[in-house]
Amino acid sequence: MTKEHVQVIKNNPKYQHLVSTRSKFAWTLTIIMLVVYYAFILFIAFSPETLGTKISPDGMATWGIPIGIAIIVFAFVMTGVYVRRANSEFDGILNELKSDLKKEMN
Amino acid sequence: MLSRILSLFTVAGLTVAMAVGADIGETAKAESMNIPAIVMFFIFVAATLGVTYWASKRTKSAKDFYTAGGGITGTQNGTAIAGDYMSAASFLGITGMVYLKGYDGLIFSIGFLVGWPIILFMISEQLRNLGKYTFADVTAYRLKQKQVRILAALGSLSVVILYLIAQMVGAGQLIKILFGLNYEFAVVLVGILMILYVVFGGMLATTWVQIIKAVLLLAGTTFMSIMVMAKFGFSFDALFTRATEIHAQGVAIMSPGGLVSDPISAISLGIALMFGTAGLPHILMRFFTVADAKEARKSVFVATGLIGYFYVLTFIMGFGAIVLVLGDPAGSYLAADGVTLKGMNNMAAVWLAHAVGGDYFLGFISAVAFATILAVVSGLTLAGASAISHDLYANAFATSKVDEKKEMNVSKMATVAIGIAGIVFGIAFEKQNIAFVVALAFTIAASANFPVLFMSIFWKKLTTRGAVVGGYIGLISALMLVILGPGVWVDILGNASAIVPYSFPAVFSMPLAFMAIWFFSVTDKSDDAQRCMDAFDAQDIRCQTGIGADDANTSH
Repeated sequence: MTKEHVQVIKNNPKYQHLVSTRSKFAWTLTIIMLVVYYAFILFIAFSPETLGTKISPDGMATWGIPIGIAIIVFAFVMTGVYVRRANSEFDGILNELKSDLKKEMN
Repeated sequence: MLSRILSLFTVAGLTVAMAVGADIGETAKAESMNIPAIVMFFIFVAATLGVTYWASKRTKSAKDFYTAGGGITGTQNGTAIAGDYMSAASFLGITGMVYLKGYDGLIFSIGFLVGWPIILFMISEQLRNLGKYTFADVTAYRLKQKQVRILAALGSLSVVILYLIAQMVGAGQLIKILFGLNYEFAVVLVGILMILYVVFGGMLATTWVQIIKAVLLLAGTTFMSIMVMAKFGFSFDALFTRATEIHAQGVAIMSPGGLVSDPISAISLGIALMFGTAGLPHILMRFFTVADAKEARKSVFVATGLIGYFYVLTFIMGFGAIVLVLGDPAGSYLAADGVTLKGMNNMAAVWLAHAVGGDYFLGFISAVAFATILAVVSGLTLAGASAISHDLYANAFATSKVDEKKEMNVSKMATVAIGIAGIVFGIAFEKQNIAFVVALAFTIAASANFPVLFMSIFWKKLTTRGAVVGGYIGLISALMLVILGPGVWVDILGNASAIVPYSFPAVFSMPLAFMAIWFFSVTDKSDDAQRCMDAFDAQDIRCQTGIGADDANTSH
């Protein structure tokens, strides 16, 4: 890739739009995932009895179990959310960008 | 070509002959020989050697060898990643941990899983767009090749060797107990088979061995979980109630317990598990087997789903083992002391298989457990061999341009060398307490490989000096802290108490690496530093768009 190519692509508004929306989205999801996971870890570290609270007085299941399973499911759902938007929106912009560049650079 | 195929058959034939010979030899003394398990295992071996033969005809170029020609689909790759990740340590170890400690086992499962979304959001597409064969292609993209490649290769090989030790020792012990075969024989058999898979079938064979094993493992564990739940009318409460009645710790197994007792341990474990995953070379390498960024992200989606599902099953199986194995009225799964399990406590999943499905299902699960080890060591060996041939040989130490053929040959020799090293270490570590090796592997991955990879993708001001100094500081501090920790200082060296009281010291070593990378980059005023920064924009465009990634073969 030559210096001119780099400048052309960097100044392309579609490229700028793609990079900024996608990185904002990826960082938002990353931070959500970190917050969820470390909230769980901090509960284990500082207040394990909260997770050990029984869901109903006559059963044995504790809140920690559905919460733990929910984090696993949540992690999977988050990957689905990202893939869905990346496949439609981000790939759409990327394809437009690529065909623009083909015209510009030829 | 023909000679290669012929030699494949010869060696394969020899392996089987050796195995059969040993079977006959051992039958006399080992009464507990498990015939169904051995038969099913050899069916698996025969099938995978068939796959290897098929793959060997399609593995011609270096690209075929390292990445299966980039022709693996996202779904296939996701299943193979899940296969890589659902190692025997996960299957037997986490089920065993739930069996012993209850809820604490789930904490590990969650930690192992939550790294995956982060890999998707931050690493997977970037790797696919920038790399070719190894993650060092990405870290060395705009930095000085030699130093950065050597660092990456050391980080990769450390993780690979540590993981190999854990898998080899696990394989030997498992086979000794399950198949009634001798420990050394088992380790040698695993070593030979993995060399065959990798040398002849490369990434294509390794991938399909992973896929086959992942499907078998998921099918087997699904069946076991359904059988457990069926015994309790599909009521979790009934299962938990019965488990707390049987388990010595009673209701304590339903909440977080002693495993992660203090806040720093809990946070450090969380960091090591989450970011360690994003620095495992055999996992990162899998992203080069797909065609483009779209397939790379699909891989993570599929892998996360399968791994998450598997971890939910391990939780059910662990509790099932408390009720059906520990609570077996005849006590038939317990050792002479009446407390521990026959073999080791990691055998909970295996004895549960017997409790719900009898001898034949025990045979099936034993064979699957062995297949799991075989598949994982193949992936590890390939990643280690690539670090030697692609990073060290072709891009760091070769004095002239290396052609593909030569690089591939070096890779195959490296595979054999790593296989032999695995066998030697497996035998040497038989009687050692190896609980520390996985902790060390994850800590190194999180402290040396991940920080350099992450910064090279996202931080424009990263320089060669920053990456190299920071990477080594991460690697050395991880190593030192683990040696001074409970796993080595107390368990291996026999000291009374650990100098560093944390098994997973990533909370110290990972930030240290990041800080060192930052500090030694911003203070780097050399010409090379300027060059590294100037090259960032072109790298970032390729990273963001994949433009240029298609002709990756010519850009290095």
